[in-house]
Amino acid sequence: MTDNRDTVTNILVCGIGGQGVMTAAEILAQTAISLGYDTKKTEVSGMAQRGGVVTSHVRFGRRVLSPSIPPGEADLLLGFEPAEAMRWATHVRPGGPAMVNTLRLPPPIVSMGLFDYPADPIAEIRKVGLTVYDFDAGDIARGLGDMRLVNSIMLGAIADHLPFEADLLRQQTLDRFRARRPEMVDLNEKAFEAGRRAAAESAARAESSSAA
Amino acid sequence: MNVVTKMEAGSTQLMSGNEAVARGVWEAGVTVGAAYPGTPSTEILENLSRYAEIHTHWSVNEKTSLEVTIGASVAGARAFCAMKHVGMNVASDALMSQTLAGVGGGLVIAVADDVGFSSSQNEQDTRYWGRFAHLPILEPSDSAEAYAMVKEAYEISEKFGCPVILRMTTRICHVKALVQLGEREVPENKGFTRDPRRWVMVPANAKARQQVQFQRDADLVAEVEGSDLNFVDDGADRSLGFVASGPAFMNVREAYPDAPVFKLGFSCPLPVEKIRAFAATVDTLLVVEETEPLVENELKAAGMLDVHGCDVLPRFGEMMPDVIRRGVARLRGEEVPEPQAAPTLDLFPRPPTMCVGCPHLPAYYCLSRLTRNTYIAGDIGCYTLGAGHPWQALDTTTCMGSSMGMSLGMSLGKAEVDAGKAVVGVIGDSTFLHMGMQGLLEMTYNKGNITVMLLDNSTTAMTGGQENPASGMDIHGAPAPKVDFAKLSEALGVNPARIKRVDPYELPTLFRTIKEEIKHDEPSVIITNRPCVLIDRFAKQPPLKVVDEDCTGCTNCLNVGCPAIQVTRREEIMKPNGKVLKKAWTRIDTVACTGCNVCLQTCGPNAIVPAYANVNPATETATPAA
Repeated sequence: MTDNRDTVTNILVCGIGGQGVMTAAEILAQTAISLGYDTKKTEVSGMAQRGGVVTSHVRFGRRVLSPSIPPGEADLLLGFEPAEAMRWATHVRPGGPAMVNTLRLPPPIVSMGLFDYPADPIAEIRKVGLTVYDFDAGDIARGLGDMRLVNSIMLGAIADHLPFEADLLRQQTLDRFRARRPEMVDLNEKAFEAGRRAAAESAARAESSSAA
Repeated sequence: MNVVTKMEAGSTQLMSGNEAVARGVWEAGVTVGAAYPGTPSTEILENLSRYAEIHTHWSVNEKTSLEVTIGASVAGARAFCAMKHVGMNVASDALMSQTLAGVGGGLVIAVADDVGFSSSQNEQDTRYWGRFAHLPILEPSDSAEAYAMVKEAYEISEKFGCPVILRMTTRICHVKALVQLGEREVPENKGFTRDPRRWVMVPANAKARQQVQFQRDADLVAEVEGSDLNFVDDGADRSLGFVASGPAFMNVREAYPDAPVFKLGFSCPLPVEKIRAFAATVDTLLVVEETEPLVENELKAAGMLDVHGCDVLPRFGEMMPDVIRRGVARLRGEEVPEPQAAPTLDLFPRPPTMCVGCPHLPAYYCLSRLTRNTYIAGDIGCYTLGAGHPWQALDTTTCMGSSMGMSLGMSLGKAEVDAGKAVVGVIGDSTFLHMGMQGLLEMTYNKGNITVMLLDNSTTAMTGGQENPASGMDIHGAPAPKVDFAKLSEALGVNPARIKRVDPYELPTLFRTIKEEIKHDEPSVIITNRPCVLIDRFAKQPPLKVVDEDCTGCTNCLNVGCPAIQVTRREEIMKPNGKVLKKAWTRIDTVACTGCNVCLQTCGPNAIVPAYANVNPATETATPAA
């Protein structure tokens, strides 16, 4: 058996129970499978659905052994919540991209005053050395009329940062709705494209600010 | 949606270990399956229940589930039972004697260890049961192996006439990987053979069966030594060889692609001679196992004194690639590498918490106000979270149903200084039926004095909302007899005057009832009766909001602990006596709010009001309140 470390792509999806982290990871995994990759995906359940931290590791390549992404080896971070993206930032390889929804969801222990929510989690992630693409997916979803669209928006946002065509991920995302909720296909397509645009705009912002 | 059952033979599917086991069980021709839900094993039976050809049901506990499947096996059927690791503690009474009698049709017991404590009270190692009960154990390393091993396990079960344990872990149950599916084949049910010397475990018969068991032990040793499930996955670097099973095998491979690895799939009894032969081909041998040093010690007992294991590796948690690399560095006397990434950034924890509008919130709001004068024995379920902030109103949790016996014991063992303290036991519906009601009987029979809070949310909530005898539905969602907890409590000897059914959302009534009942000198049972907010039967009510100009920052509503209540600003006010008063103004996340009205009842200045005026329940349309 040979070393597979160079051939495996590692995507880390993180957020909070109920946000759709698992579904996003599932769609990513199915897309990889459709391309003939060996694929593994972790699920975290049990206590996680009670508002706890949820992460899902998606690994695909010629052959995937361990289902877990080793610390520091994630190729891409998909963060559904800014503080959670900050929590997992060091799990990403240096310089790697992080796609982060800036909509903050402070836990009850922050409301109780036991802990502070970080003043600027995005800045903290940049300090670690990641390339951050940040935008408010919650705002976009609200604009489209359904908070559940955050999932498709986030998938759209990473579509141009994967080792395969963006259209493949879009098709997999929409196929899922086609099978389960056909009336939601059009809206999710809009959400997917809005996510793509938001990520591109974030990249343009970063470029112009670094140019200035 | 019935996705799993539609998957065609020959197709390759992305499946969790739990889904893969269910598929394997179906293909193996099993006709009876039973389980009690428990993370990380729950989804096995959930998935199995979707195959119409199999009788499946939720059991009330793991012991009854094992007994049911033993019975089905004795009757000639292939049968299947699943449980989490601690479930086997409950079921083991049946296991330890049935191992003597053996099986009729094949019987496989999937036991899922929670390595890494994702949702359990301990990290016990199921592989000991194989030694204790003289039973074979198979250990898959991913979904595809779990699927294949189930089918193999039925062959082994019938060949050796004994149950087979399929040892899963969280990292197998909840990881999805590709599995290639096959067809269902149902072996002939040869029927029950009346044979009291075989099936009636009285001393004389059991003693005779013990000799059969010893012969089986010897036969199994021969089997494992020749089994293809135990093999060498070779590598060129012979300086270090590994012995690994389960998810640890994949992690060893990931960390050391060039090392020879002895892969243990059929791990009990241990194929000692095969491992001894492998050891001779490598300079050093390291056993990587989750979690106890069991294989390591058995190899040492067999004379292989120079094997390594827990001298360089931890005796807990998952054997991840970086953990293994650090262990190997220790073994080689090299500098032990730090975890590869920088330490996690400084950030608040995000512990699991109760849901918005959870009917347990008011119960713990009340109990948190009584902690100075009470001991509170808790139990296993969502309500264990009552130990956390802001309630901190739970003093003990041990195992399923323990709140009943432990509260009784705490009342009996009280020190003189605690004589004035009342003892409360908190337990949920499913846990009460699992193993709590016997404790209540012990309480009434022995004239104890405990106030029992029976938090009936009519589902097995913590594991994801499985039906149980209190929910009125079976595993398929069909109507089923519904337990009446008031009648049950009365039948168990509780004075009917001391049984109170309370709507937990009526906060003053709930609080008054608890305060009254703890004064009485006999067991009381307070039954709360609102459903879990995550199940279909729960109906949302119009949401609430905080009128900011009316809010005085008193923080009473925050003490409910509802995640929909968020702080907008804080102030510290110096009182004339020099004490600092911490104030916090709040808002309610109207989208999340379920309209339970509990927080509203804690609000002195009436700053919490309906979020929308003119709600028309017929159309459910609402206009924002002015």
